[in-house]
Amino acid sequence: MIVALRQYFALCGDLLYWLFAAPFRGKPWRIGHTFAQIVRIGVHAVPMSALTALTIGVVLAMQSAAQLAKLGATVYVPGLVSSSLIRELAPLVTAVIVIGRSGSSVTAELGTMKVSEEIEALEVMAIPPMSWLIVPRFLAMVIMMPLLTVFSIYVGLAGGWLISHYSLHMSTAFYVSHALQYVELRDVGIGLLKSGVFGVLVVTIACSIGLNVSGGAEGVGLATTRSVVVSLLSVFIANAVLTALFFF
Amino acid sequence: MPSSTPDSTVGEPIIEVDSLVRHFGTQKVLDGVSFKVHAGDTFVIMGGSGCGKSTLLRHLIGTEKPTSGSIKIFGQEITTMRAEALQKLRGRYGMLFQSGALLQSLTVAENVALPLIEHTQLDAGLIDTVVKMKLEQVGLTGHGHKKPSEISGGMKKRAALARALALDPPLVFSDEPTAGLDPIMTAVVDELTQRLTQKIGATVVVVTHDMNSVFRIGTRIIMLGTGPNQGRIIAQGTPEEIKAHPHPAVQQFINGDPEGGADDSGELLYRETLLGSNETGRYSRSAILSKS
Ligand SMILES: Nc1ncnc2c1ncn2[C@@H]1O[C@H](COP(=O)(O)OP(=O)(O)O)[C@@H](O)[C@H]1O
Ligand SMILES: [Mg+2]
Repeated sequence: MIVALRQYFALCGDLLYWLFAAPFRGKPWRIGHTFAQIVRIGVHAVPMSALTALTIGVVLAMQSAAQLAKLGATVYVPGLVSSSLIRELAPLVTAVIVIGRSGSSVTAELGTMKVSEEIEALEVMAIPPMSWLIVPRFLAMVIMMPLLTVFSIYVGLAGGWLISHYSLHMSTAFYVSHALQYVELRDVGIGLLKSGVFGVLVVTIACSIGLNVSGGAEGVGLATTRSVVVSLLSVFIANAVLTALFFF
Repeated sequence: MPSSTPDSTVGEPIIEVDSLVRHFGTQKVLDGVSFKVHAGDTFVIMGGSGCGKSTLLRHLIGTEKPTSGSIKIFGQEITTMRAEALQKLRGRYGMLFQSGALLQSLTVAENVALPLIEHTQLDAGLIDTVVKMKLEQVGLTGHGHKKPSEISGGMKKRAALARALALDPPLVFSDEPTAGLDPIMTAVVDELTQRLTQKIGATVVVVTHDMNSVFRIGTRIIMLGTGPNQGRIIAQGTPEEIKAHPHPAVQQFINGDPEGGADDSGELLYRETLLGSNETGRYSRSAILSKS
């Protein structure tokens, strides 16, 4: 535990250097690698995020409609859907999807490279693994997590619209205007800030655990599980802390 | 000052290792190892499986830090060196890992091209030519487009050797370059190693089990001990000196004799094989089965 924490903070320190100092010392970010990772980490997670966000939007609308109908206040359904999605659910659910799909694969990939001596080989070829492997994954994650979250918000809103339009018989214009009425720019900012924080947590945890794998193929399997568990816990805790921060 | 050291064979010392100690937990894997490698040497490290040969190489290339002791490469102390300086130094040596360690995400040719792309200003056409040449040297012409997962273990080894030699480094480390190769390929790789030292004037450090290779290419040899001599050099010298070495474990190793001389470790190993037990206790069928 203490060793793992030390490894984690060592990685974060290195990462800061390679993100912000190294580019000014003639070691620029590797844009090509970053694009490849954007596709792997971000684009490939789109279908699953979409499906999940859609179901969440639908369920939110149905659940709130069931409650609000008792008060004859179903006009508030669009606002409820949009504000829950933007501030809470879209960032969190997207993070969960990305952990399961991309965080785990980052850990498995780096862990495999570690046990097959590929990381050491990079070092010996004087190609720093931080620059070759870690920075591209970090950038890709920090770019794609907020983008995926925005995308999830739209898809989730579409899910809410399905119920509002076909079951509650709202017009599309009514749904959109009411959905936006209760959303402030601040909410969007908080949602995106959360997703950015989640992205940083997920990718640094995945990389740290992956780079420190030992014990062959079995070790890689264990590390992948650990990466998912630790990332999920960290994201849920961070979410609570951030929500509390903006609540008070 | 080539003659100032008694064991100098060819030129100035390229590698100087002094009282190197490395523990993993309570296990002493390297226990006071000292030697020098001189320019132009083909320096062979031999010894039984698990005696710490790969670990020793890892210390020489600076990816592992010793518990104590000193390692100088090209006259520079690497055990306390900062990452950036170490990276500069690494441009001057190549390493062939025991597993090959080709990057799985790249093709064989891309693996060989990688050091050239990263560390030279050569244009793409020239890099292509060099890669073709390097692959030809290790007998892999026509396999450049394949992924490492699509070629055999021996081919991986040779591709990795081509990568280690891509920049024509003056110092090459090679961890069991001929393990898993057929006799012909072994001869090809040995010849390549010899050509490095004789034609290019490089210095080579080779770990190998293959006694034919040892005496074909080695100019200086050390042998690491096992059992009670774990982590210590039990013999060093020229091939002739090693061949005539009085240490029973050395003779046993050279002759591939399971009984060996009176050496404890050899004796122990032999009995363990016969009785099916090792230092951690008896192998028990149920214990093994219950683990899976
Ligand atoms: N990272 C490590 N952690 C713990 N023990 C290790 C590690 N690397 C090597 N060892 C131990 O060091 C000993 C020597 O290993 P190695 O250098 O790979 O042997 P070989 O001579 O076969 O190349 C073995 O007993 C191995 O278990
Ligand atoms: Mg080895």
